[in-house]
Amino acid sequence: MACKFKRTAAIVSQECLLPGIFSMWLEAGEIAKEAVPGQFISMYTKDKSKLLPRPISLCEIDKEKGFLRVVYRVTGKDTGTEQFSRMVKGDTIEIMGPLGNGFPLDAGKGRKAFLIGGGIGVPPMLELAKQLDGEKQLIMGYRDKQFLTEEFEQNGAFYLATEDGSAGTKGNVLDAIRENSLTADIIYACGPSPMLRAIKRYAEEKQIVCYVSMEEHMACGIGACLACVCKSKEVDGHSHVHNKRVCKDGPVFLSTEVEI
Amino acid sequence: MDTRVTIAGVELKNPVMTASGTFGSGQEYGEFVDLNQLGAVVTKGVANVPWEGNPTPRIAEVHGGMMNAIGLQNPGIDVFCKRDIPYLKQFDTKIIVNVCGHSPEEYLEVVERLSDEPIDMMEINISCPNVNAGFLAFGQDAGNVEKLTAQIKKIAGRPIIMKLTPNVTDITEIARAAEAGGADALSLINTLTGMQIDVERRTFSVANKTGGVSGPAVKPIAVRMVYQVANAVKVPVIGMGGIATAEDALEFILAGATAVAVGTANFYNPRATIEVAEGIKDYMRRHKVEKLTELIGIVNAHA
Repeated sequence: MACKFKRTAAIVSQECLLPGIFSMWLEAGEIAKEAVPGQFISMYTKDKSKLLPRPISLCEIDKEKGFLRVVYRVTGKDTGTEQFSRMVKGDTIEIMGPLGNGFPLDAGKGRKAFLIGGGIGVPPMLELAKQLDGEKQLIMGYRDKQFLTEEFEQNGAFYLATEDGSAGTKGNVLDAIRENSLTADIIYACGPSPMLRAIKRYAEEKQIVCYVSMEEHMACGIGACLACVCKSKEVDGHSHVHNKRVCKDGPVFLSTEVEI
Repeated sequence: MDTRVTIAGVELKNPVMTASGTFGSGQEYGEFVDLNQLGAVVTKGVANVPWEGNPTPRIAEVHGGMMNAIGLQNPGIDVFCKRDIPYLKQFDTKIIVNVCGHSPEEYLEVVERLSDEPIDMMEINISCPNVNAGFLAFGQDAGNVEKLTAQIKKIAGRPIIMKLTPNVTDITEIARAAEAGGADALSLINTLTGMQIDVERRTFSVANKTGGVSGPAVKPIAVRMVYQVANAVKVPVIGMGGIATAEDALEFILAGATAVAVGTANFYNPRATIEVAEGIKDYMRRHKVEKLTELIGIVNAHA
């Protein structure tokens, strides 16, 4: 079993990428050493009225330095993520991780892959793009303004879609795939449920292996509270019903394994 | 220094337990907590068959706490006996199995199965809706509580703890009914029924509409109820509701609880149980308390 750690992490840097989108590097020691793309960490606020950890996906992992990068969205005024966004270099934050299973890298080795991110599902695709060994087509979807685009361009063939048509294909990630006549034999995706649902359907039509990273409200982050379940085709290992735990059995699932 | 407490003849090495539903059967916490250091592990509720639980979202954060409507998802008694009890038997801690059901028959089926298992006690979750009584929780009707307790007690073959819901007019009435039915101990409080509306989505925060509120926000209510119940019955009381620190736990003990359970705090601090147990020892040292039992209900002496 993979090791998880709860520790205090020092903030190495913080920058605002776009209004409401922040990028933070953390000195996370052993958590960074254990982490794989697609995993997440629990981040704890210092506010005793906000008790539950915020699950945030890993955008980059620097094993040598023991650093982790998270790129996250501030979800509103006076939220936990807003508190995170106000932290500066040298501040400390309580974190736990690495959590979840991550994207299977072996499955994509030497294959032609789509790495698809949508909205705040974009960040975890960056570390995956850096680590995956194969032909990578990186397709990112944004509502309007874009972030992390330069970093994606350095790690594969980059395509983008915007809902307002301000850059790349006007529409969604599947529109970008069609417009550029792209093909793949494996898909990795992270993003909002409607996007994942459409990708799952696309993968099934084309008979492509597809891994999706799911999201659900979480409490413990380690598989005990059973809050973050998703409906699964197979009987789950915990309760022997059809409820896989996003935090522990996922967040990455085979698209054919889960209902979206 | 003696931290031992005894509940219905079962001796715990210290008064700290886990609250049902916040610790699974301990497997997920093994990386963070040495289960040998706990007075007891109280498992997540188990029913006669697997329960799917409620639709998601199942939880929401509230100010100083959380609200849950998991719906008692569990693998059922067969898997539980094969997998969870042997896991817990590896540790030097007491095993208390929490039991849930929708009808007296369902409770009794589970209790009967457990009567042959190597466990120390059973805790009966009577906050479940009773299908035979218009989905009113068993624990909200004193007559039902006494009857169910007596039925369970007859076949359990080991001490039973009735876990009381706080969602009643007078918790001492329910506590006395459980005692009259033969309960060996009482645990309280279960969660307080609440509701939260997500104004952006213009709907309920949890899919079940209502959920059970827990965490530090509910602690004063829990301490009050434990105090009331401890003064209304002779059987030992296990106190819980928002315990996150040793000081929280000590409030319950001074109010009359023989043991305490750490619940929601496990979700944001996986080592909360151990920290509470260590903190109690530290308090005893600071206050030169020889035996923990000296502290139980001591507020009455100072009233």
